[in-house]
Amino acid sequence: MNRMLHTFRVCAVALLVAVTIGAVSNAAAADRSIVVASTTSTQDSGFFDYILPIVKERTGITVKVVAQGTGQALDTGRRGDADVVFVHAKAAELQFLAEGGSLKRYPVMYNDFVLIGPRADPAGVRGSKDILRAFASIKEERVPFISRGDRSGTHMAELALWKDGGIDIELAKGPWYKSIGQGMGAALNVASASAAYVLSDRATWVHFKNKGDLEILVEGDKRLFNQYGIMLVNPEKHPTVKKVLGQAFIDYLISPVGQRDIASYKLEGQQLFYPDANDPNA
Amino acid sequence: MPDNASALHLLVTADPVLFSIVRLSLAVSLTAAVIASFIGMPLGALVALTRFRGREFVVVVMNALMGLPPVIVGLVVYLSLSRSGPLGSWGLLFTPSAMVIAQTILVTPIIAALTRQTIEDLWLEYRDEFSAMHIGAFKRISTLLWDGRFSLVTALLAGFGRAAAEVGSIIIVGGNIEGFTRTMTTAIALETSKGDLSLAMGLGVILIGIVVLVSALAWGIRRAGERFAG
Amino acid sequence: MSADAVSSDLPIELSHVDIDTGRVKILRQISLSIEAGAPTVLIGPNGSGKTTLLRAAMGLIAPSSGRVTWGGHAQSPPLRRAIVFQRPVMLRRSAFGNLHYALASAETPRNARRRRANELLSLVDLDGLGDRPARRLSGGEQQRLAIARALAREPRVLFLDEPTASLDPAATKAIEELVRSVSASGVKVVMATHDLGEARRLAGDIVLLHRGTIVERAAVDRFFNAPATKEAQAFLAGELLL
Repeated sequence: MNRMLHTFRVCAVALLVAVTIGAVSNAAAADRSIVVASTTSTQDSGFFDYILPIVKERTGITVKVVAQGTGQALDTGRRGDADVVFVHAKAAELQFLAEGGSLKRYPVMYNDFVLIGPRADPAGVRGSKDILRAFASIKEERVPFISRGDRSGTHMAELALWKDGGIDIELAKGPWYKSIGQGMGAALNVASASAAYVLSDRATWVHFKNKGDLEILVEGDKRLFNQYGIMLVNPEKHPTVKKVLGQAFIDYLISPVGQRDIASYKLEGQQLFYPDANDPNA
Repeated sequence: MPDNASALHLLVTADPVLFSIVRLSLAVSLTAAVIASFIGMPLGALVALTRFRGREFVVVVMNALMGLPPVIVGLVVYLSLSRSGPLGSWGLLFTPSAMVIAQTILVTPIIAALTRQTIEDLWLEYRDEFSAMHIGAFKRISTLLWDGRFSLVTALLAGFGRAAAEVGSIIIVGGNIEGFTRTMTTAIALETSKGDLSLAMGLGVILIGIVVLVSALAWGIRRAGERFAG
Repeated sequence: MSADAVSSDLPIELSHVDIDTGRVKILRQISLSIEAGAPTVLIGPNGSGKTTLLRAAMGLIAPSSGRVTWGGHAQSPPLRRAIVFQRPVMLRRSAFGNLHYALASAETPRNARRRRANELLSLVDLDGLGDRPARRLSGGEQQRLAIARALAREPRVLFLDEPTASLDPAATKAIEELVRSVSASGVKVVMATHDLGEARRLAGDIVLLHRGTIVERAAVDRFFNAPATKEAQAFLAGELLL
C-alpha cells in the first residue's frame, strides 16, 4: 500500500513538472511574441532562420513562424490564428484585403522563380528567356512536370504562366502533369526522383540539398518575378491580434534597416531576396 | 540547426537546438501518455468490471478508436482551438499544450483498451477468490489495478511510444514553429521537405533509438514483474 | 463481528435446495444439515454436484428454489466461513503478500498481521517461503498456502474442494495432516474428494452425491462397512455410476 502511494506521488510530481515546463515555456514566449503565417518556400529557403534572430535583436520581438502554403496561411489569418500574414501571391493577397481580412498590404521584397529540370532536358528548353514558350514545349513533349498543387504562391504563379501562354492546363494535363499538394522542398524531391521539370523559387532551390540530376534550365524572364507582401491581420475582426507588435514587425521589414538586412541574406554567395518596399507597383 | 551538420555531430557536440527538440518531444508525448492514463485506465477498468447493455459495442468502439488517424484528430483539434473555433478563447493553437491535447486524444483509446484487456483477464482469474474472501467492490478494483500494475505500465509505455512516433496531428496543431513546437518527428518532416535527407535520417535514427529504449524498458518491466510477482 | 455471528454459522441447513443454470439442473432437492464436529466429506463421481454443493453451503450461489440457513439465519455474510477452491488462484504477490491480503480483508488489526502471517505460514509448514512469489510455489505448496489464506479468516467452517486432487502422495499426506489438525482445533471441515481412501481417513461422516441428489449419508464406519443403498454399494465396489 505504501509502495502504491509512493509510486502515485512520483507520477503526480512528474506530471506536474512536465505540465509546468510546458506552461512556463508558453508563458515566457507569450510576452513579446507574434505568430506569423507564412509560406513553406520562405521557410525552406532559410530566410526565416537568417532574419528572425536579427528581428529579435533589433526589435525584441520573438517571431513564431507557422509555415503553410499561401492559401492555408491566408486562411489562418482569416481565422485570426495568426497576427501577421507574409506570403507571395498578390492576387490572393488583394482578395484577402478586399474581404477585410487586413486593412493594408505592404510590399516587402521579391525573389524570382526558376524552371528546374533534368540535365538531359528532353523538352529542349535550356537557356530560353521565354518561360511561356518553355512551358508550351513541356506540354507538347509531355515530359514529366511537378506542380505544387497546394494553392501556394508558387502554385498560383505556375497556373498564371500556363494561362498566359494560352494553355488551359485543366484540359491539357495528362499523366505527365503531377500535382502533389505539398511544399517546395517536397516538390523538388519528387522532381529529383522522377527526372521531372518543376517551377521553384530560386531561394529554395539554392538551399535544396537533394538536387541530384536537376539544374536551372530557364531563368531571367520578367514573368518569373515573385513578389512578397505582408499584412497585419485586421484587429477589428479579431481583437486578440497583437496589433502593436505585429505592426512593429512589419515596420521593421519595410524600414531602410530591415530592407538592408533582407538584401544581406546570401546563400553560396548569391543574394536571394531583393527588397522593394518602396516600389509603388509591387 | 546548423546546415550540413549530421545528426551524429549534433548529438556529440550536444547541440542545444537538437536537445531542445528531443526534450520537447519527450515532454509532449510523456505528458500526453500520463494524462491519457489518468483518463483511460479508470475507463478501461470500469468497462472490464461492469455489465451493461451495449457493453460489447463499447468494447468494439474502444478497440476501433485505437486506429484513429492522427491527421483527423489534428484537424478536429485545430478547428476547435482556432480563434474562430469554439475553444479559441483558450489561445492554445500553435502551442505545446495543443500538441499534448491532440496526442492525449490519440493515446487514451490505446490505454483504455489495453487496460480493459488486462483488468478483464485478471478479473476472471481473481473473481472466485474475491467472492471467497468477501472482498468489497472498491477493494476489488484497487487489487486488480495493483496486481496488474506491470501490464498497466506496459500499456502506458505503449501509449507513449505511439505518441512519440506520430507527426500527423502535432504538425497541424503545433505549426512546427522553430524553438516552440518543433519535435523530432516534425523536424524530420521539415528536413525531408527541405531535401536535407541525411539530417532527416539522422534524426530518425535518434528517434528510433528512443523508441527502442522505451520498448526495452517495457520488456524489462514485464520481466521484473514476472520474476517478482510470478 | 458480534458474538452472535461467531456462533451462528452452524448448523448449516440446506432444505430442498435446487440449483440450476438455465437448462441444466445441477442440484435437486438437496436437504442436508451440517453440524459441528468431525469433518463431513462429500464423495461421488465427477459431475455429481460436489463443487456446487460446497459453494451453496458457503453462500456463494443462491439456490434456484429451497433455502440455505446458517445457524438459523437466511442472510449471513461469510465472515467466519472460508473456502479453498479446487485450483486456488494465488494473487500476484509473495506468499506473505497473499496472507497479508487475507488478514487485511478479515480485518485483523494491523499490528497483529505480521505475527499472524508467520503463524499461519508455520501452521501449513511453509516456513522460509514467505518471500517467494506465490505463483512460483509448487502445486502442493500453493494448496497449503491457500488453506493458510482461508484460515486467516479464523473460520468456524472451512470448505475444501478436492484439495489433494492434483498432488503426489507426499504432498497429499501433508495436506491430510493439516486437515486433521485444523479439524482438531475446532474448525468444522466440509470437504469434497474423489479419493475413497482419503474419505475414509479423514471423515466423520460421508455424503454420497450422484447426479445432483444425496444418495446416502452416514457415519464413516457405517458407510464403508455396510453401505445401505445400491448406488453406495456399487460406488464402493469401484463400479461406474451412470
